[in-house]
Amino acid sequence: MIKTDILIIGAGPTGLFTVFEAGLLQLKCHLIDALPQAGGQCSEIYPKKPIYDIPGFPEVLAGDLVDNLIEQTKAFQPGFTLGERAETIEKQDDESFIVTTNKGTKHHAPIIAIAGGLGSFEPRKPLLENLSKFEDNGVAYMIKDPEVYRNKKVVIAGGGDSALDWSIFLADIASEVTLVHRRNEFRGALDSVEKVQQLKNQGKINLVTPAEIVGLKGGDTLTAVEIKKTGEEENITLEVDSFIALFGLSPKLGPIANWGLEIEKNAIKVNNALDYQTNIPGIYAIGDVNTYPGKLKLILCGFHEATLMCQSAYQKIYPDKRYVMKYTTVGGVTGFDGTKKEAPKVVVKAIE
Amino acid sequence: MSDIKIKITDREGVLHEVDAPTDMNMNLMEVVRSYELAPEGTIGICGGMAMCASCQCYITSKHELPEMSDDEDAMLAEAFHVADNSRLGCQIHMTPDLEGLEVVLAPES
Repeated sequence: MIKTDILIIGAGPTGLFTVFEAGLLQLKCHLIDALPQAGGQCSEIYPKKPIYDIPGFPEVLAGDLVDNLIEQTKAFQPGFTLGERAETIEKQDDESFIVTTNKGTKHHAPIIAIAGGLGSFEPRKPLLENLSKFEDNGVAYMIKDPEVYRNKKVVIAGGGDSALDWSIFLADIASEVTLVHRRNEFRGALDSVEKVQQLKNQGKINLVTPAEIVGLKGGDTLTAVEIKKTGEEENITLEVDSFIALFGLSPKLGPIANWGLEIEKNAIKVNNALDYQTNIPGIYAIGDVNTYPGKLKLILCGFHEATLMCQSAYQKIYPDKRYVMKYTTVGGVTGFDGTKKEAPKVVVKAIE
Repeated sequence: MSDIKIKITDREGVLHEVDAPTDMNMNLMEVVRSYELAPEGTIGICGGMAMCASCQCYITSKHELPEMSDDEDAMLAEAFHVADNSRLGCQIHMTPDLEGLEVVLAPES
């Protein structure tokens, strides 16, 4: 069981900044995120896009903002449960919570901060008959362990970076790699596109474009896919062991929607007059995932919400302790790792 | 006044005739959101960067639209329910010559 003071669900910019604000109050944090890396949408969807409305940064790439946030929180040693989705929550007799992920990892904390953005990212599934029947029986939407595909016949569908990168990677592992995309053009890093071209020329990747997978065949497990090439009458039947559909991810509020929280417009209602707490005491919602009158889904608003939320969480954990907020210019930043950052002392010296 | 009238059929098949401002740097996805014609969180997920296809729509009137950028074209190549008249709403800016535009929102995916 992982124990922490504040369990943050969602490791996007708001969740990451919560670690910092909590750390200033000597509260420890642990983050859960369904994606395999921290940063949320900033890392997953638009790492190379510039953001212009982060106060103090005239321009910053989304990916760089995440890197900076991770750097800023390092001294507070947050824990991470990545690649797992928060599934269930159970309130304990002492008002604390146990959150369990889809993989069974349990987390125990007195305070829950939901910073889940638009929800957890779920793979976008192609519209094919029998698709669900073959899920985990030959059809996959992400690759967890590439070794599964050793000496197997694999067909990958998609036109983005992940389709290109995995085709390249599996070309050395699988016995046969076929890449199917609706267009001749791919949208990915230039060197990935060039590498696929090279592997195609060497006969290591079988490229079928413009084409689409239109059918799945097999008994209990997948044995073949039907491919329709644009403009051709006859479908191609390709014998495969695995079909990996890489059509990107789309966020879904998911299991959090069943936690008994008040939901409005796909977002969690919070008390914005006070501390961004939800209708369940001890559970807060901050950043894009919450809603209140006048809500704006901006990273900078998430930072503000995280800050106020941490003050409230402190009071909740230590109801009898007196505390006033201290400026970092005055108090510096003392990490849990023993590091201390503070303003250099002014030199007082007479001039003769 | 610099509003235009456009017709938007939502995902339930209901037709809405709405006024869209042309002087607010708005795009079609934002018009749909401002009138709440699709639930929050199901449209404009990437914010309008042509990176998610949640604002895909079908253009059913004969208006001449701005040409597709490579980004939009590539995104539609990966989207589902795509038809010849598919566009991403976030890439269609409201301009006076779109008066009378008719669109149908594509299903959520």
